[in-house]
Amino acid sequence: MLTEIFIKPFADMVEAPDFLLQVLWEGLVSGILYALIALGFVLIYRSSRIFNFAQGIMVVFAALTLVGLHAMGVPAWVSVGLTLLVMFGLAVAIERVVLRPLVGQPDIILFMATIGVTLFLIGLGEIIFGGENKVMITEELGIPTGSILFEPWGGLLILEQKDITAVIVAALLVVALLLFLNKTRMGRAIRALGDDHQAALSVGISLQTIWVLVWFIAGIIALVTGIAWGARAGVSFALEVIAYKALPVLMLGGLESISGAIIGGLMIGMLEKLFEIYWGQPLLGGNTETWFAFVLALIVLLFRPQGLFGEKIIERV
Amino acid sequence: MKDTQGYLTADGRQIGGVLMEMRNITLRFGGVVAIEDISFDIREGEIRAIIGPNGAGKSSMLNIISGFYTPSNGEVWYKGAPRPLMKPYEVARMGVARTFQNIALFEGMTVLDNVMTGRLTHMHAGLLSQALWWGRARDEEIANREVVEKVIDFLEIQNIRKTPVGRLPYGLKKRVELARALAAEPSLLLLDEPMAGMNVEEKEDMSRFILDVNDEFGTTIALIEHDMGVVMDLSDRVVVMDYGKKIGDGTPDEVRGNQDVIDAYLGVAH
Repeated sequence: MLTEIFIKPFADMVEAPDFLLQVLWEGLVSGILYALIALGFVLIYRSSRIFNFAQGIMVVFAALTLVGLHAMGVPAWVSVGLTLLVMFGLAVAIERVVLRPLVGQPDIILFMATIGVTLFLIGLGEIIFGGENKVMITEELGIPTGSILFEPWGGLLILEQKDITAVIVAALLVVALLLFLNKTRMGRAIRALGDDHQAALSVGISLQTIWVLVWFIAGIIALVTGIAWGARAGVSFALEVIAYKALPVLMLGGLESISGAIIGGLMIGMLEKLFEIYWGQPLLGGNTETWFAFVLALIVLLFRPQGLFGEKIIERV
Repeated sequence: MKDTQGYLTADGRQIGGVLMEMRNITLRFGGVVAIEDISFDIREGEIRAIIGPNGAGKSSMLNIISGFYTPSNGEVWYKGAPRPLMKPYEVARMGVARTFQNIALFEGMTVLDNVMTGRLTHMHAGLLSQALWWGRARDEEIANREVVEKVIDFLEIQNIRKTPVGRLPYGLKKRVELARALAAEPSLLLLDEPMAGMNVEEKEDMSRFILDVNDEFGTTIALIEHDMGVVMDLSDRVVVMDYGKKIGDGTPDEVRGNQDVIDAYLGVAH
């Protein structure tokens, strides 16, 4: 039994390195999508200390809107533009109807409000687009669907082109976000706003503008995630659950840390795949991916309550 | 009544025309009248103090000037024109910077970053230019950084510029807050109890900085304080408030001799 746990998996990895690479690649693809969703959370949390429960449903809503518009005969890329417009409208509406009247309320109230937004969007999505599963318009968007074969060490490695596209687009988006947050005036304002609203106002930062902006960015992230994940698994309300995968990512990375979200996402994506293939399937009957990330996060929290990269809170007494 | 005539202070500084004027300001919270029909002006280059016992309405007045409160009645005139209803961030963009009684800093950021946020109103380059650190944004950032370094130097906080603000002691936090406000190169600097909770030494330091700021940059300063001694040494003209009413207005010497002011501070037998 001990050899099964401690020796055999590693022996397998060394024996078939091409298969190990394949597993890591699969993990990387889901990892980068986890990271993207976690980024959406971090962005909103940093600017308003709101834990945005609605991030997951925004992914579904964006994907549904895109597919729905295309089904009505709108060309694919025009649909993307229109969907972005819808996400902007959603950001404005959330700021105006939900956030503005609740300024200054305890965090938990705002958190509850985002649950309200979630339920509302589920209902709205079902009324407009119906509840049945849909197919993402991958080919119509010009995303290549073939696959590339490599033969490292005489083995076989298959990379699907749509996964490669997803990784590249997500990476570009992450870089753009990092530049935006760290280098621009707006980025500084976003980081400042989360710390102290009054102080932010006094240096000329507009609460409303920033909130609309971060929710819109979260919307853009949702759309990209929706397209990438929808291309792999179809578009349905079940997509929402991948947002919950962002929770352990956030526990690992810390709610405030951008780099934490990225590294945490990639780590969880790859580790859960590795565990599933080398330990889960042979020893535990598989399907470990549903819980592995949470257990990992719990173990990390035992030792570092602020997460791996979170801001350590210093209490002055 | 456009008044461009200034006056000469006791120590020989020339004070300019009216920068901001409060006209018949009244502020009510429900049935409570916090400020009742108060008028006064703030002139360019002067240090103007608003004093009064606790609960006199000083902070409310400052919050009206900085746009955090909207007066129930009356007008705020700024640079010769009535100011329309404005949000605090809009007031900030018009060149009014402030500090807070209970210190409002960005605790997670370093001293330098905090002071840099004071320059937000001076950054105009496009998003792309900023993100890529190229062209206009680069020049702007360098210019802004220069101003910030000058302010940091001036307030003698060079040695803590990379320290996260959350770790600083109270007195230094107050100074960082002043630095952030100064970095905006404001036309009007509002200080809400800059000396509250400080020991004697810190108070002396802060007084010196306030005087130096006014002297070196010519910044107009309006401050609130209830420590009479400090205020009298510092300011050119003083407004005295009590229970929401103005009971005195003039130079420190004039105010000191005013019977209403003496009563308000020492109490009278009713």
